[in-house]
Amino acid sequence: MVRVDGGGNASSLIRVRGLDKTYQRGSEEIHVLQGLNLDVEAGDFVAFMGPSGSGKTTLLNLLGGLDLPSAGSITVAGDEIASMSARKLTAWRARHVGFVFQMYNLIPVLTAFQNVELPLLLTRLSAAERRRHVEAALAVVGVADRMDHYPRQLSGGQEQRVGIARAIVADPTFLLCDEPTGDLDRKSADAILDLLDRLVREYGKTALMVTHDPRAAERAHVVLRLEKGVLVDAVEAVDAR
Amino acid sequence: MAIPLAYNLRSLKVRWTSTVVAVLGIAGTVGVFVAMLALAQGFRATLMASGSPRNAIVRRAGATSEMESIIPLDQVRVIEDAPGVERGGAGPLVSPEVVVVAAFPLKRSGTDANVQVRGVSRKVLSVRDSVRVIAGRFFQPGLAELVVGRNVGRSYVGFDLGKTVRLGGGTWTVVGVVDGGGSAFDSELWCDANVLNQVFQRPQNIFQSVTVRLVSPEALTVLKDALTADPRVTVQVDREVDYYEKQSRQLTRLITVLGTMVALVMGIGAVFGALNTMYSAVAERAREIGTMRAIGFGIGSVVTSFVFEALCIATVGGLLGCAAVLPLNNLTTGTINWQTFSHLAFAFRVTPLLLLSGLLFALLMGVVGGVPPALRAARQHIAVALREL
Amino acid sequence: MKYWRLILANLLRKKVRAGLTAGSFAVALFLFGLLAVVRGAFQQGVAVAGVDRLVVVNKVSIIQPLPLSYRDRLLRIPGVTQVTFANWFGGVYQDERNFFPQFAIDREGYRQMFSEFLVPDEQWQAFLADREGCVVGEGLAERFRWKLGDRIPIKGTIFPGTWEFNIRAIYRGRRRQDDTTQFWFRWDYLDERNPYRKGLVGWYTVRVANPDDAVRVVKAIDGEFANSPNETKTDTERSFAASWVKQMGNIEFLILSIGGVVFFTLLLVTGNTMAIAVRERGRELAVLKAIGFSDGFALALILAETVAVAAAGGGTGLALAKLFTLRGDPTRGLLPFFYLPPEAIALGFGLAIAVGLMAAILPALSAMRLRVVDALRRV
Repeated sequence: MVRVDGGGNASSLIRVRGLDKTYQRGSEEIHVLQGLNLDVEAGDFVAFMGPSGSGKTTLLNLLGGLDLPSAGSITVAGDEIASMSARKLTAWRARHVGFVFQMYNLIPVLTAFQNVELPLLLTRLSAAERRRHVEAALAVVGVADRMDHYPRQLSGGQEQRVGIARAIVADPTFLLCDEPTGDLDRKSADAILDLLDRLVREYGKTALMVTHDPRAAERAHVVLRLEKGVLVDAVEAVDAR
Repeated sequence: MAIPLAYNLRSLKVRWTSTVVAVLGIAGTVGVFVAMLALAQGFRATLMASGSPRNAIVRRAGATSEMESIIPLDQVRVIEDAPGVERGGAGPLVSPEVVVVAAFPLKRSGTDANVQVRGVSRKVLSVRDSVRVIAGRFFQPGLAELVVGRNVGRSYVGFDLGKTVRLGGGTWTVVGVVDGGGSAFDSELWCDANVLNQVFQRPQNIFQSVTVRLVSPEALTVLKDALTADPRVTVQVDREVDYYEKQSRQLTRLITVLGTMVALVMGIGAVFGALNTMYSAVAERAREIGTMRAIGFGIGSVVTSFVFEALCIATVGGLLGCAAVLPLNNLTTGTINWQTFSHLAFAFRVTPLLLLSGLLFALLMGVVGGVPPALRAARQHIAVALREL
Repeated sequence: MKYWRLILANLLRKKVRAGLTAGSFAVALFLFGLLAVVRGAFQQGVAVAGVDRLVVVNKVSIIQPLPLSYRDRLLRIPGVTQVTFANWFGGVYQDERNFFPQFAIDREGYRQMFSEFLVPDEQWQAFLADREGCVVGEGLAERFRWKLGDRIPIKGTIFPGTWEFNIRAIYRGRRRQDDTTQFWFRWDYLDERNPYRKGLVGWYTVRVANPDDAVRVVKAIDGEFANSPNETKTDTERSFAASWVKQMGNIEFLILSIGGVVFFTLLLVTGNTMAIAVRERGRELAVLKAIGFSDGFALALILAETVAVAAAGGGTGLALAKLFTLRGDPTRGLLPFFYLPPEAIALGFGLAIAVGLMAAILPALSAMRLRVVDALRRV
């Protein structure tokens, strides 16, 4: 159950309370997030929408430990990340977060296989074990036959699939997707959304997605709007589609 | 676990123009560095090879070089009888010598250069056992005959075996060629000291130095003590190696100082080149770096990764520079030995130690050129890096 | 130039990169300056050699002396207006490493012959009046902090014993490049004290009335003393100096090679940097063109930026080199002439600009040919 009023119970996977984020631009202070609350439970699929500059990406960055808040707390699976040191945050990210980017952000000089393997290099798995996980992830997303290709040899849709494979290969606690279909044509976008859908429904993943695309938002369980620094409008979407 | 090496190696390959530029910068610097030091080493080595630890050179007390020294025959006799002097079949192994300088045209330029002419005793080959006759024969005492070092024929016009040479107003014949073992003697003309004195109108039986073969290297102190205490002679006794080592100092110092200065300055330039390359790499790859850090690679991994790339560039550059200079090894060149005013032929000497120094220099440049950009890469704000378009 | 702002702003966008590129130029030109100085030091003897002076040495060997009696015979050769002589002394002052040239000179004719060395009259008179007097160059006096009246002990090597001299005069050079590190004392004093070689001089310097006549006079002099016990070898002062330089081997070649390597690398580094910069700024250049600036403008802009960096960096490097030479000779006596002449500075600056232009040509052309549509589409 997703809540934005700060009243969720302690069993939430992700608990955000009173989140503030302020930027300094010249002499001005910009309050992007002001007292934001959020509760997400395991297995939820949440979409964040809102006008440009409303702070969606900022929120995502904070949830993913890429940035630190000005005030407030963020607890994920019991870990309070808002006060972690940079080093601990890095290790935490490796274990708990899988990122999916709008621009895929694949390393151009590595093959699809090697790109997906990257997060596993941070674990203690042997080369053989890593290979098994990578092949499994690539199979799930449906690009196993392309694993020795370089990103420039793949289509946009294929690249994003590889990006998703990379995000799930280390079995993170949740996925953070920043406009995952932003750069794709309609057909490829739908395919990616089907994939995300499957991951949530069949594999029980938790996914938080920032998007402009109303069709993408439809696929989520809950759509939240970011307005004036807080989340509003918990709209329950119809499950079956 | 670290960022895979394949990433760095392939990134270098993809941006090959920048990589090549940085590599060449380092290669050039290392090349110049090694070449100049090889020049200095070669000069020094040639002079030092002229001396043997088992020989002593006796000159008049206070003279700084052979040319300024005077030792009359009676003092030579005293030296011959001194303790510590090796005796052979022909008597004490002692060579009283006279050194003059004469001008002859260089093959290379046609202009004159000064050649060292050494009047020696017929026992000189026993005293200087590293010198051997390799063509023709040794001169006959009492005759105007010359034996030339193996570099003389190569450097100067008209010194082939059998040719006659005008020297000091007299006519001499070249009867033999000697191999001085890579020493200054390869650039000298040898003849009978007494004949030399005659032809050059120098007073008879006055020599400039006496080279003595010792019974053993340790016997130097015995000889030295005996001669300095003896009132019949006023001499200084030095081990031959030390004498030549001092001679080489001035020019060696000049070349080394200049060479190091040039190499340091070039090194700074090469570091700038490497920095430029690496900073551009960091800028171009901002998004990749951000992604890897988002995935969970820490600052340490990123820094190590970039420093590794810089070291790759440096190593290749260093090896290239050393390889480029290697053909110079044993290439002969020549210059003036200011202590003797004569032309000295010597060879570049590229030693393994020198090559190693060149490589270390390259690695140093790599580290200096790699660390600042690596730190910048690591300190980029991840969220900002990911936005880089 | 009204576009100065634009150029400057573009360069300063990436300060570190601009700094490094300018730094590369500075380094290269500093090195250029150093090499020019070293080359100049080796060539100095040739450059300052008098056009109307000849050097007469013993034909057999340069270290053999000539008799004093030759002086009058030389004066009688047609075309000769003046004759003087000197000996190389080669002594040691305190430490062998404090090398400087010492000459025992002919007190009657030397000053007139070497008129590029200026000695105040009353000082010269004092020198003439003192048998143990000496004249030192101001560079030398500065180096050891000598003053007029100081007593200088020199240990003789060729001429043994301890020799002491009183500084009676300090000379300076008329031109910037004249050697002011020499030490002169009286030949008659040397001759007096010398037990071995009396009436012998090291070499003669002869002035000819007409420099074009030099070849004939050279022949005449050597002919005069041919077949005597001391034959002579005469040469113009310039050739004499040049032959010493030649003996020192391929200094020129070495210097040119190093210089070549440095400038080639500089070219590569700069070219590469500008190429990267142009690639990065594709969007910006496209916008400029969309606004209405011409393709030629884009070309000129890149060239101007590179030349600006080259000039700034090159100028700094040359200035540093000049400053370095003001410190004097770092090898302690081996290179007395450590000077960077204005011609070398101008040449260096010109080279910097040239390298900048050459490096920028390809990137500038690509900036010129950039199509707005492509650049704006690129993400």
